[in-house]
Amino acid sequence: MGKSGKQAVNRRDFLKGSAAGVAAIAASAVPAAAQKPAAHAATAPPMSKSAETGDPSDVEVLTTDHPGADFMVDILKSLGIEYVAANPGSSYRGLHESVINYGGNKNPEFLTCCHEESAVGMAHGYAKIEGKPMGVFLHGTVGLQHAAMAIYNAFCDRVPIYMTVGNMSDATLRRPGVEWDHSVQDAALLVRDFVKWDDVPISLPHYGESGVRAYKIAMTSPMAPVLLVSDSELQEKAIEENAGLRVPKLTLATPAQGDSGAVAETARLLVAAEHPLILADRLARTPAGLTHLIELAELLQAPVVDQGGRMNFPTRHPLNQSIRGPALVGSADVILGLEVTDLWGTLNSFREQLHRSSELLTKPGAKVISIAAWDLLSKSNYQDFQRYTEVDIAMAADAEATLPALIEAVQRLITPERKRIFDERGSGFAAARIKALDQARTEATYAWDASPISVARLCAELWAKIQDKDWTLASETTPWVSNWPMRLWDFDKHHQSIGGAGGHGIGYGAPASLGAALANKKHGRLTVSIQCDGDLMYAPGILWTSAHHKIPLLSIMHNNRGYHQELMHIQRMANRHNRGITRANIGTTILGPDIDYAKLAQSMGVHGEGPITDPNELGPAIQRAVEIVQSGEPALVDVVTQPR
Amino acid sequence: MRSEKMRTISENSPRRQQSRHAVLYAMAIFVVALLMAGSQARPQAKPAPAEDAKGNAENGKRVFTSSGCYECHGREAQGSRYSGPRLGPDPISLPAFRAYIRAPKGQMPPYTGKVLTDAELADIHAFLESLPAPPAAKTIPLLN
Repeated sequence: MGKSGKQAVNRRDFLKGSAAGVAAIAASAVPAAAQKPAAHAATAPPMSKSAETGDPSDVEVLTTDHPGADFMVDILKSLGIEYVAANPGSSYRGLHESVINYGGNKNPEFLTCCHEESAVGMAHGYAKIEGKPMGVFLHGTVGLQHAAMAIYNAFCDRVPIYMTVGNMSDATLRRPGVEWDHSVQDAALLVRDFVKWDDVPISLPHYGESGVRAYKIAMTSPMAPVLLVSDSELQEKAIEENAGLRVPKLTLATPAQGDSGAVAETARLLVAAEHPLILADRLARTPAGLTHLIELAELLQAPVVDQGGRMNFPTRHPLNQSIRGPALVGSADVILGLEVTDLWGTLNSFREQLHRSSELLTKPGAKVISIAAWDLLSKSNYQDFQRYTEVDIAMAADAEATLPALIEAVQRLITPERKRIFDERGSGFAAARIKALDQARTEATYAWDASPISVARLCAELWAKIQDKDWTLASETTPWVSNWPMRLWDFDKHHQSIGGAGGHGIGYGAPASLGAALANKKHGRLTVSIQCDGDLMYAPGILWTSAHHKIPLLSIMHNNRGYHQELMHIQRMANRHNRGITRANIGTTILGPDIDYAKLAQSMGVHGEGPITDPNELGPAIQRAVEIVQSGEPALVDVVTQPR
Repeated sequence: MRSEKMRTISENSPRRQQSRHAVLYAMAIFVVALLMAGSQARPQAKPAPAEDAKGNAENGKRVFTSSGCYECHGREAQGSRYSGPRLGPDPISLPAFRAYIRAPKGQMPPYTGKVLTDAELADIHAFLESLPAPPAAKTIPLLN
């Protein structure tokens, strides 16, 4: 990566560049008409002995006690930004210095990341626990380019992140060389397709309004990342006297609630239904979302299929019928989708052979209702919006905010006779739920003593060590670990799961888990992550960040030594083409040499154990690691695992 | 590479997989092998007679691994709800096993006689039959 601070430059070139930079900055302080580029030869070289020891110019101002970046920090503080995650970059050096000195490196605190993708990934995980954005500083051009994939994940996942990218807009002020490479005409263009809003403030008052506006937009459902372009000169030059700067008042917008008529009609359909089904995906923005969904499901005694985008519904609730999703879709007469991002993929089966085909799963006449803030934010280029779905009622509204009104409407319509029918219906689901747990436990016994260690065994061993604590599983459970945690563990609190990456970009898991652990730190929660090997290797420097900032995260490696999803894809192609079916490992495995993740962790100051191949050694290793994490330090246990 | 990864992962999104694979699982008793394979492409190879001779379990274990069956079904054929069902112990009959692998009805990619002989299929089937029964869940404290 070609950053100014990292590029190999010999001393002579460095001095030459610095001299030119000083000259450029000095020139900016005088009227344009006074500039005489050719006159430099007549004055003492800026870093010569005479220049260093002579009388300072009466007009040249070399310092300022109040740079513009201080005001930018005031804005961050006013918004309650606790952290800014960043990899250092000179285009935002003014902001960086103001955070650590003017701001006292507290609220926000600067988090040192080894890659911009890690910084944004941390912010992603933090927001899903804390319910508000973390700040991220990004270096001009190259830093934003590094961050792009992680921003896309957060956008697809509808998660707020408050990002600032540095840029030297005024071409006449740029240092020759590197600063030109790190400057851009329209900095946000690169990511405009997958941020909710961006702006380029050209004055500090403008920065104040846009800074507050950006936060408000990011936090308005549907939430999403926002990007402010912070001009380098605006950061570094002095705040003018009597500038009259003030931080505007922030008032967050209430989330959009579903139309009252549509809510009433939805309630009528649900109460009249014989086989209602509730689908929930990115529903529960807050713990209230989970509480509301329990209330609605219990009122109707309707089954819930939790698709896992958020922690929506307790895994062991009798009405949790997630394992039976397609069957229930096929038998339902009314289907209520709550923030379901791939409704078409839920209502249809899709067969991926040489000729792709699909089939509608719903029965004729079934009514489909969607409540989704997703409908309020659509873009064109990136296709994360999934296939168009035919529905009967579509509320472009925040589902969590709409549920209280829907619950009231349902309550008004339930008669004693309907309640009797609902209760009968519910008893059947309770029996099915018990059977599903028994079935999961039986399935977990297969390969119980195998080496490599089965994923079911790994999850059972981990659960035994954390179940009595206040915990969060910060990693995605499907498809990487075959959803074993949701099948075997007892999730009943909103913070116990944070869903997945959103855009399915690999490299999310490690930083997002760390961000979640950081948010959990002040709550005293134990954060665990079942960490995929391929994901960690995108930016393993996140381990150093965890040790440096003492963020207690327990990472249990799901080390199947490959990009296993891709391995299966290549196998599929080889089979389809009738050739080379033993070569799918080429380009898809992480073997030879086998990575020693324990040593990798240890090299960055993280407690590391493994590789563990004997399942009987796993429990004690996890116990030791839990104790390390509970003392406030990160730990990693490398477990060599079965594929899924 | 990243865009490719996002594309392929997206095709197998958890939500889509949840429906897709649960449907697949509903057919699990028929879906015997998601990724059964032989060795290299052998366009000249002739399929072995479709007789139900007892296979070689030891060779079947080797082929099960080398040809990628384990990728979706696990190295002990234990299966996964999100990639492929459990295959053993107590696999379905060899004729049903062979029929499904040659012309799968679900997501499983087809394995023709060009890449996996009937003899190799029989060996894999023998390996699946040889797998020991697991301990009962009630006897495992971690599962109770």
